[in-house]
Amino acid sequence: MKGTINKKIPYLFIAPALILLCLFSLFPIFVALIISFTDIDLAGLADWSTISFIGIKNYLDVLSDPIFLKSILNTLFYVVFGVPLVIVCSLGIAILINYGKAPIFKAFRAVFYMPSVTNVVAVAVVWSYLYNPQFGLFNYILGLFNIPAVPWLQDPLMAKISLIALALWRAIGVNMIIFLAALQGIPKTYYEAAQLDGASDWKQLTKITIPLLRYAIFFVSITTMIGWLQFFEEPFIMTDGGPLDSTTSVALFIYRNGFQLSNFGYAAAGSFILFIAIIIVTLIQFRLQKKEVDY
Amino acid sequence: MKANQYVNNQRSKQWILGIVLTIGGFLISIPFIWMILSAFKPESEILQIPPTMWPKDFTFDNFSYLFDNMNFGKYTFNTIIVVLCSFIGLFLNAMAGFAFAKYEFKGKQPLFYLVLATMMIPGQVTMIPVYLILNQLQLTNTMAGIVLPGLVGAFGIFLFRQFMSTIPDELLEAARLDGASEFRVFIQIILPISKPILAVQGILTFIAGWNSFLWPLIIANDESLYTLSVGLALLKGQYGGNFGLQMAGSTFMVVPIIIIFLLFQKHIIEGYTISGMK
Repeated sequence: MKGTINKKIPYLFIAPALILLCLFSLFPIFVALIISFTDIDLAGLADWSTISFIGIKNYLDVLSDPIFLKSILNTLFYVVFGVPLVIVCSLGIAILINYGKAPIFKAFRAVFYMPSVTNVVAVAVVWSYLYNPQFGLFNYILGLFNIPAVPWLQDPLMAKISLIALALWRAIGVNMIIFLAALQGIPKTYYEAAQLDGASDWKQLTKITIPLLRYAIFFVSITTMIGWLQFFEEPFIMTDGGPLDSTTSVALFIYRNGFQLSNFGYAAAGSFILFIAIIIVTLIQFRLQKKEVDY
Repeated sequence: MKANQYVNNQRSKQWILGIVLTIGGFLISIPFIWMILSAFKPESEILQIPPTMWPKDFTFDNFSYLFDNMNFGKYTFNTIIVVLCSFIGLFLNAMAGFAFAKYEFKGKQPLFYLVLATMMIPGQVTMIPVYLILNQLQLTNTMAGIVLPGLVGAFGIFLFRQFMSTIPDELLEAARLDGASEFRVFIQIILPISKPILAVQGILTFIAGWNSFLWPLIIANDESLYTLSVGLALLKGQYGGNFGLQMAGSTFMVVPIIIIFLLFQKHIIEGYTISGMK
């Protein structure tokens, strides 16, 4: 029968999707690479003759741009504190929910998952209100315990921590579900055997659960790290990178240079540096993962 | 004796767990609770210290202001258009997934790897060139420009392929013997069988469309093209001090999603298991 199917048909099925993916995903990579070596800006958009090839000047400039360097340090801060927090919190909640037997525990999945499906802009707007130094709920609650008001978004260090708290709140849901799926894949017999041997809950957790979740932890840590490297909406809406650029992420730096200052070539160079960083980080993680499997 | 003690022990553990998770769930929900309650307070009550939990003067003024003075009706309309268009994208993803699952053709493997490769490209790298490309096509500041770049996605194609490759070939052969065209086979056989994955993807597509923010922000200069997210970000910029208005806008954006999510959460959450995201 197979022979009678018109050979063109499969191509007709994949063509629309493939054309769109090529036009808006693959082709732009080459465009980005080319324009990162040019000085294209708003004028160049209207008249191509004003664009000139300037070699690696954009890369040299961006790497010596103090705001870019600051945004790299900020992004590293987000990654270093954000990734472990996301893993520990989402794994912890997943283990607790999985441990529960009553049907009510299924409802907890929905409650903890909810923040991650809601609109990031709306959520950031709400959190800005909660963080408000005078009228915010958080400082009011602290006040009830006689704790002095915290400058949530006004202090350079505190602002970064506040943004991490919001992003963590949003990130728990999806990762918790991934961990739950993995937890349900662990055969019950392992635990039964361990209980017969009199192993404590803690022993079962550290000797059975965590080692068997290695793949899920690896998956979550890679996706979370890539997500934090591209951290954008929260600083964009809540602090616009301030105070004193202390919350500017690399992604926000690229957006600002590309679309607010229209320095397309310069922003493209910045975006390539981010791309390379993401590739390197991913490769390192794969390396580390392989090593762990060895013993 | 010992067994009894074990059961009691287990029961108290379950209770402690339940209490811990309830407290955690409450803490997680505070921003939502606070947002919804504040949306119904007049501005004077919002700025009151100490804050009231439950609105004393329950009011819909914040919401009516959004629609009367802030164009939220137009933003809602645009958002719904974006959502509807994204369902066309969903259909295109399903078509591609079907072809990759059920046909043999030249270049299938490399083309599929090409699709997967696009998953790894970060949005920041493509956003500037895509803007330039759309500018060349004269599509900036149009609905098409907002919708086209995100229409199809590698992840969706991948999930459809995974699911559809489990459908037995005999079903397709039977339909073909009856003289059905390949496209009819897809519409009348494949799509109905793929309901579980369609449901998951449909809900996620709806949520993504409803929440779309960055791309409409970049492409739309004209207020008449703004989506709700963009309008809300604008509102925060213009009415930074008016929290009642901001909370009403946020509530209007978030509550529909929460309702849809609560109705379909079982499908969404279990969808992760279908998709083999273990």
